[in-house]
Formats: sequence, C-alpha cells, structure tokens
Amino acid sequence: MSDQNNKPAVAFVREQPIPASPPPTSASGPVRWLQENLFPTWGNALLTVISLYVIYVVLSSSLPWILGGVWNTSSLAECREVLDGRSAACFSVLRERWNQLMFGFKYPPEFYWRPILAFFLMLVAAAPVLFPDLPRKMLVFTGLYPFVAFWLIWGGTILSPLLALAGCVLGYLAYSKWVSRSFAAGFFGGIAVAFVVWWLGGLLIPEGASDNAMLPAVASRDLGGFMLNMMLGVTCVSLSVPLGIALALGRQSDLPIVKGICVIFIEFIRGVPLITLLFVASVMLAYLFPPDATVDLFLRVVIMITMFSAAYIAEVIRGGLAALPKGQKEAADSLGLDYAQAMRLIILPQALKISIPGIVNVAVGLFKDTTLVSVISMFDIVGMIRGPILASTEWNGVYWELFLFAAVLFFVVCYSISQYSQWLERRLETDHR
Amino acid sequence: MKKSVLLGALSVAGVAAGVASAGTLDDVKARGKLNCGVTTGLVGFAAPDANGEWKGFDVDVCRAVAAAVLGDGSAVEFVPTTGKTRFTALASGEIDLLARNTTWTFSRDVDLKFEFVGVNYYDGQGFLVPKELGVSSAKELDGATVCIQTGTTTELNLADFFRSNNISYEPVPIETNAEGQQQYLAGACDAYTTDASGLASTRATFEDPSAHVILPEIISKEPLAPLVRHGDNEWGDVVRWTLNALIAAEELNVTSANVGELAAGTENPEINRLLGTEGTLGEMLGLDADWAQKAITAGGNYGEIFAKNIGETTPIGLARGLNAQWTDGGLLYAPPFR
Amino acid sequence: MTTISDPPTEQFRLSMLLNDTRYRSATFQAIAVILLVASIAYLGSNLAKNLREAGLDISFGFLSTPAGYDINQTLIPYNNQDTNLRAALVGILNTLLVSFLACATATILGVFAGVLRLSQNWLVRKLMSFYVEIFRNIPVLIWILIIYGIMTVSMPGPRDFRGENASASMLLDAVAVTNRGVYIPAPVWGPGSMVVVAVFVLSVIGVFAYRRYATKLLYDTGRLLPTTWPSIAIFFVPTLLAFFVMGSPIGLDYPALKGFNFQGGIKIGAPLIALWFALSVYTGAFIAENVRAGIQAVSKGQTEAAAALGLRPGRIMNLVVLPQALRVIIPPLISQYLNITKNSSLAILVGYADITATLGGITMNQTGRAIECVVLLMLFYLVISLCISLVMNVYNSTTRLKER
Repeated sequence: MSDQNNKPAVAFVREQPIPASPPPTSASGPVRWLQENLFPTWGNALLTVISLYVIYVVLSSSLPWILGGVWNTSSLAECREVLDGRSAACFSVLRERWNQLMFGFKYPPEFYWRPILAFFLMLVAAAPVLFPDLPRKMLVFTGLYPFVAFWLIWGGTILSPLLALAGCVLGYLAYSKWVSRSFAAGFFGGIAVAFVVWWLGGLLIPEGASDNAMLPAVASRDLGGFMLNMMLGVTCVSLSVPLGIALALGRQSDLPIVKGICVIFIEFIRGVPLITLLFVASVMLAYLFPPDATVDLFLRVVIMITMFSAAYIAEVIRGGLAALPKGQKEAADSLGLDYAQAMRLIILPQALKISIPGIVNVAVGLFKDTTLVSVISMFDIVGMIRGPILASTEWNGVYWELFLFAAVLFFVVCYSISQYSQWLERRLETDHR
Repeated sequence: MKKSVLLGALSVAGVAAGVASAGTLDDVKARGKLNCGVTTGLVGFAAPDANGEWKGFDVDVCRAVAAAVLGDGSAVEFVPTTGKTRFTALASGEIDLLARNTTWTFSRDVDLKFEFVGVNYYDGQGFLVPKELGVSSAKELDGATVCIQTGTTTELNLADFFRSNNISYEPVPIETNAEGQQQYLAGACDAYTTDASGLASTRATFEDPSAHVILPEIISKEPLAPLVRHGDNEWGDVVRWTLNALIAAEELNVTSANVGELAAGTENPEINRLLGTEGTLGEMLGLDADWAQKAITAGGNYGEIFAKNIGETTPIGLARGLNAQWTDGGLLYAPPFR
Repeated sequence: MTTISDPPTEQFRLSMLLNDTRYRSATFQAIAVILLVASIAYLGSNLAKNLREAGLDISFGFLSTPAGYDINQTLIPYNNQDTNLRAALVGILNTLLVSFLACATATILGVFAGVLRLSQNWLVRKLMSFYVEIFRNIPVLIWILIIYGIMTVSMPGPRDFRGENASASMLLDAVAVTNRGVYIPAPVWGPGSMVVVAVFVLSVIGVFAYRRYATKLLYDTGRLLPTTWPSIAIFFVPTLLAFFVMGSPIGLDYPALKGFNFQGGIKIGAPLIALWFALSVYTGAFIAENVRAGIQAVSKGQTEAAAALGLRPGRIMNLVVLPQALRVIIPPLISQYLNITKNSSLAILVGYADITATLGGITMNQTGRAIECVVLLMLFYLVISLCISLVMNVYNSTTRLKER
C-alpha cells in the first residue's frame, strides 16, 4: 500500500500496517497442529495412539540397553562382571576391535593412514562428479584418483600405477588424434595404444620392484572390514558404469548379434542371485583362468560384482534412453551426425542425466550387497563379525552390539547417498522445467 | 613373473605365478612363501587373534612346513577357506596345502583327487547338551532338535547315527560356531553337535560351562589331516614327512628348546638322522639337511604344538586322548626315519 | 554401366569396413562374434586343461547317489537315503515356498506402509518413513541375521512350556510359539470330509458368482445389492451345515509337548519364519516406496474429481486412485518379487533348506562337485526369473492394450 503515502490530503494515514494479531489458539499453535496432524478423525486418533504405543515399547526395551552399555572392558566376561546381571550392551567390543571392524585383521596397523587418506581423497574426487556446481577442473583429480588410491591402498612400486596412468593418457591422446577420422578408429586405436604401453611397460618394470618401495606392498588378501565393503562398492560401481553404458547401447542397437549378446548377458546376470555369482568367483573362476596363473579372490570378486552391477546399470540407462523423445535421435540424424557422434553429443548426455538417480539406487543396492562376500570367506565387516571376532574367546557371545554397529554404519552411508540422490532428482527436475 | 607385473599394473596386483603343473616344491621355493589354506576361524585350530596373527594347531602345521621348506616359519600366506571353497582352492592351485580340519575320507582321497598326508588330529563327532535335560547318552536324544555346525562330515555322520539307532531328530544346520552357540544357549536346539574338539572349545567360552555336558558317545571317526593335490608326490612327501618329523620329535623328546643342542650330534642315531647330522634324508626330500630342525624350531614338536594351542592348560582344554604317542596308548605313530 | 548418372564404381578399400555405414555394422558384428567365440574357446580350453591337470571330470553322477543328510523342513517326503537330486528338489520347493509367502506378506505390508506414508497423520507418516528408510538402507543379510537372532532369543524354548508354572503357554491350547518354530493344529481328514471340502469350494465359487451378479445388476439396472453380508453368509453357512450334517468329519490334531519337542500338528520352522519375516519387511519397505510413487503418480485432479462426486476417502482410494496407480506399481512390484526369490538364497544364513543350502550348500560341500552344483543352481534361478519376467511381459502387454 505504499502508493497511499503519496496522498497528503488525507487527515490520518496510518504509516505502518497494523501488526497481525495472533490467531485464536484453536486455529494455530501446537494445539491446532496436534489437532490437524495427529487427531483429525477418530480413526486417525486411534492410529496415533497405536503409533505412540509402538514407539514406547521399542524405546523402553532398547534405550536402557543402549544407554547402560559398557564401553571399556577387555572381554565379554569382564563385561558380565561389570553389568552384574543387568541387561545392557557390551560396547567394549567395538572399542577393542575397532581396527579389525574397519580394516580387517591383516592390514598392517602402521599403514592405517593409507586407506584413511584414500577415503578422504575419494570424497574430494567424488565431489565434482556429484555436485555439478563445483569447478570442472577438479575432474582432473578425479581422473587421477584411481591410480593414487590403488597406490595408497596396495602400495608396492609406484611404477605400476604410473604405468597404468601412462597407458590411459597415451591411449587418450591416440583417441583424440584419430577420433577426427572416425570414432571407431579413435576408440579402438586408443585401446590398442593403451594395451601396447601396458605390455611394453610390464616388460620394463624390474622384478622385485615392489620390495623396497616407498609404500610397502599390502596383499589384497589382507584387506578387510568395512574398508573392504567400501572398496568393493566404489570399485565395482565405477567400473560398471562404463560397462553398463556399453551394454545398454548394445541392447538398443540395430546389430542383431551384438544386441543378442547384450540381451543374453543382461538377462542372465539379472536372473541369478549375486550369491551364486560369488560362488562362481570363489569356486569356478579359478578353473577358467590359465593354469599357470592364479588370480586372487579379491580380483575375482570384483569381476563378478562388476558384471552384476553393470547388468543392472545397463537396464537403468536403457530406461533413460527409452525416455528420450525419438525426435532427438532423428534431429541428430538429420544434422548428419553418425551413430557415435549422435550418441556422444546428443543422446547419452541427456539419457545419463535422467538415469543418475537410478544409477545411484543401483549403487546403494550394490554397496549393501557387498556384505555377501562374507559367505565366501572374505572378511568384510560382516565376515569379521561372524568370523574372527565372534570366534575369539574374549568376545564369543557378543552378538547384538556388533550387528547393530554394522547396521548403523551401513545406514549412515546408504542414507546419505539416497538423500543425495533425492536432492539431485529435485535439482534435475527444476532443470527440465 | 613378467606377466604378473603386467596384470598387476592393469588391475590390482592380482596375478601371482601359480602352480598346478610344475612341482609345487619348486614353486614354493621360487615364491618364497607357502600358501596354506586354513579355516575362517576356529579357535585353537586356526583363528586370527586380536593382533591379526593366525594362531592355532593347524596354523602351526603350516608354519612347520614353511620352516622346513623355506627355513622361515613366518613365510606363510594364510588363505581362509570355507567348507565349500577349500577343495577348489587346493585343486586350482590357489593354495599349496590345506590344513583345515578336513576329515580324511575315501571319496575325498580317491574321487576328488587329493592326497591326505597323515593325520594330525584324531577327532570324533560328539554331542553337547544342557545338564538340566537329564540326558546321559546320545541314544536318549529321540525327537530332539540338534544344531549342526556344518563343515566336515558332520551332517552325514549325524544322519547315519540316528538311522542306525532308529531314532528321529530334527537337524538345524548352522554356518558358524558362534551362531550355533547362540541357538543352543537360547534353547532353540536340545543338543549341539560338531567335532568333540570344537565342542570343548565352545563349552569353554560359556558363561557357566558346568551346566553343560558332552555326551560320552563319539559317533564318528574324524581323522583330520592336511592334504595336498594328488599326483605331486614330491610335495606330498615333504608335507607328510614334516608332519611325521613333528610327531617323531615328540617321541624322541626333541623339543624346540633342546633341538639346537641335540643338532650338534647325539648318541641316538635316529635323532641324528632326523636332525640331519647323519644320513641324507633332507637331500632325498629335496630340502636342506636341517629341514626337520627348522620345522621343530618354528613351533615345537607335536606335543608342544598341542599343548600350546588346544592342550589342557589352554581355555580349550583338550586331553591328549587318542592323540597321544603310541607309547602312551595313543594313535600317533610316526614311521621310522631311516 | 556407362551411363553418366551411374556413380563411379568404388574401389573397395579396407578402411571402408570401418567408415562405410554399409559395411560397418557387418564389421562390428563380425568383431563381436570373433571376440565371443575366442573368449569362449579360451575359457573352455582353460577349463579343460585345468580339470585334466587336476585329474577331475565334469559329471552329474553325484545327483543319483544318496544324499546322506537330513533336512528339517520338507514339503515332499524325504529321508537321508534319498538322492542328491531329491534333496535339490526339496530345496527348490522350499525356495518357492518361502518366496511365495514372502511375496504375499511383503505386498500387504508394502501397500499398507505405502498408503500410510501418505496419511494425513503426522506421526504415522514419520513412523512409516522411518520404517522404509531403516529397512532400505541396511543390507538384507544383516537384517536376516538380526531377525533370526531376535527370534531365537526372545521366543520361549519348548522347555519353558514344561512344568507346573511354566513361563510360556500355548495360545488357546492350540498354537505353540517357540524359538524352534510355530506349531499349529493340523487337520485330520475323516470319512466324508471330501463332501465338506467340495461344499467349501462350491461356496467360494458361489461368492464370486454372487458378487459378479451384483456388479452386473448394478451396471445394468442401477440397483445396488448388498454384497458384504451375503458374501459372508454364502462363504460360511453351507460349509458349516455340511460339516455338521456329515458329523464333524474334519478333526484337528493339536500339537502337544512330548519329549524334547512339540509333537503333532504342523510345524513351521523358525528358520522359515525368520527368513519369511525378514524378506517381507525388507522388501515391504521397497514396495511401500513403489506404492507411494504410484499413488503420487495419479494426478491430484482425479482425487478432487472423485471428492467432488461425493465419494468418501476410502472409496476414492479403492475405486479411483489405486486402480490407476496399479499400472505404475505393478512392474516394479514384479521385479521386487524377483528380488525376493533371489534374496531367498540367503537362507543359507539361517539354516533354512532352500536350493542354495541343499544343492549349493551341503551337497556341494560333501561331494566337492563345485562346478556342477553352481551351474545347476544358476540354471534354476534363471528359469524362475525367466518365468517371472514372462508374467511381467504378459501383464505389460495387457495393460498397454487398455490404454487409450
């Protein structure tokens, strides 16, 4: 009402608006809120009462157990002594076996800083991928991260990750040189160059280079605990995204043989439970590799889980491809773009954007499924709990505390990822409007 | 090895030069490490302790073999295996030796093409029941619910026992000892069955061990034996005679404490042959002359290993029983070293 | 060939294989086939070589040898002298049983939770989203272990039913809930019981026929027949009449504590219940999200229009929103069913004898025939999931037909 101020002839003008008087208590405030949200109808009131009762029952039985927990004893027997017949948790096991739960029992304790550093670097590396607002230059670090993390966690000679990096870089250079001629030439040429570099480099790295390396080598069998879950999850998801894209494109392609192979692969993997694929990794894959080489279990498991998640991601991306209007492809065709260009420049950027929430869901599911490796004698967090910790004489019989802890860890990680996914979904939605 | 470096750069240091065809002994020597398959965790036999060190009876057998072959009892890579994965791990060459309380049976020896090199523990399957049940014999368990820790030949023995006594039962197969124990203590099963050694170690960790009894019946023979792949006799001999050396050492009173002293030469020709001061036994095996001396130094003789890991002074508290020397009425009988 | 309009005949160059769209697809397919054949040949030759060196062979002969172990919950007669094949069959049936049960309860639970998540009651809404989040974000493996553990510890053992002042008692003297399982009365079929069953089946058909008739009448003439009470009457009255006329031929065999366990009645083992329950609540959380998304996908105008027509909230949900939401809900629902079937392979953790625990567990463990067992195991799950996919495709094509 500011325009009224311009009329001086009026005898009294209230310069300020009257402050809003509070609504009657029955229409606002906690009472109103309660009435609206908890007791709008008789049925709803009943539901509220039932819910309150459920909450009461759960809390009254679990809170004293949790809050009365014992944190600093060195064995279950001592815990029982301290508790003296009282029913409460014995959280001391978490304190005493913290390192085992996190890193497994074999990772050298003096090197715990390496996976921890790798973990924080992972957050930095993942940030530009997850948050589009961050400067694009950070992606360079993301590209370097796999090699850094490999070197940090496994240690050994720095030549191996450097060689791998060199192969990738030279392969990329070859790709960008030849891609102008045709995508296929660039793509296959790049891969060929990378392999040649790796092969030549492999001949050059002296035997025993790992012996006196800056970071002593750690065998992958020594990895364990929650670290193993994280590593399997991160490695397999990041490896399976490109594979999944390839499978999705293959399934959508016009080439009957390629399409057939992709369909059979995807449907086969999606049709069997992960646990049987892990059985394959643990009992069958060893027979499929050449007789003079044994591939260690970690790598075999990574192969199988990657194939597993690639099949699911392929289906998500296929959904994204299907959701794009047909006009996009037609428009690309009419501009004279060939298949590779159309996919790279028009179709995939849009399809992937739509599929990101789905991919994140697959990633969360996959991360949870990494606990299954405990069934095939790998000591991830569940494997550590069910194996060495519960089998030890000190902690034989501590059950709930450990599984509760594992549950909380997974909840924190998965819940934050799914919250991120929802945030992203909302963001992408506004972009589309 | 070149191949391994290349693939290691590509992936994750995954591929190690393997075995299968060439002589395992040469492979182990070239690698400088023994890959030994053990259980994923059975206190007393093989379990990592709070510091991540593998400890136990089977573990010490691995260490003795490593010491005999490589001269270093710590040059062992322990590969945890489950009941399912153990045979594949051995057959595919992932491990050189499986010391995972595995029962020596005909079909495993003949059909699965493995070679059991000798018994390192004579076990048998028993039952653990709460005292308040008032059961004094396994034959009174008609209609009972029995928790079985799966793994060796437990399920089959149990089925045979109940069938031959014409009584019924309900099996509850359990993967790990910890879960079996939880079920048993909560009363979800009336009896818990696994190898008697396992029962003893389980009972030792109970809040009130005296409220539970191990029934007198031992329903099966469980000769637990280390095994290697069939067809590589040289390697089989090394493992077999390392085990025999540990047993013979106890019989001859050679311990980890006095082995250095005795290795200087003694009056007893058998000790001399065993410890390599006389004869060429080590050379015949393709090992150093003092191979047995190193094996004994690594963890002690059979008796010491037993006492240290599962003997009566440990929480597991097993008596020697069948596992005493033949001179003490047990079954341990090492063939002569000559 | 010499006319001017003819394009100059192109010389075939090798680069055309890659650059010319006419040949390119053939090139790629040829490469794909070569790679595929090469990798299969490579893996196959490795397999053959490895097996030869280990002195092993691939043989399915172990399937016809006696299994030698017992199974605690079987749908078909089985004892330890039956073959490994029959043990596998027991496992297959057990897998199907727990999957079916879990699918049913997970659906009920999921629909319930999904609808309640949209309730106007703040507390209920929060409680339901708590349920959904906590189950969706923790691995099912941990849930199965926790739920099995809770069941074992919190429920009474059969010993607690014994004695003068037992700490546990049977419900209505008919149902015993123990940590070994739930014992319920089993029907005993006397002479003449088939008549009762036949009447029962007929009356079920009758209920459907009546409801159909009522609907038809409603659409044809606008007359609204009562359905609830007549349905109940048709359902119960003839069966009860037949039951008493035939002189109560169907009795009940009540479970009773004898020896170590309850005897008689039907036992639903604790492993089955734990797995069933865990899979239900876990998948229920996912289904709840699907249901919520499906309901929210129905545009708000539909609800408002229904309200404007004067329908009550319950009817709006049943008659307007849910039928439309179903089209969105069903496809993900079926893939959740597929997940239940696959997750039931975790039965191995609780000692429930499904196919993974029999064929892929004890049989594999005892015979050492790892490759054969794993291949059979995968084949079985593949067949199941193909069947479920088939159902899904059929459903999809029928709903598509209805779309306008």
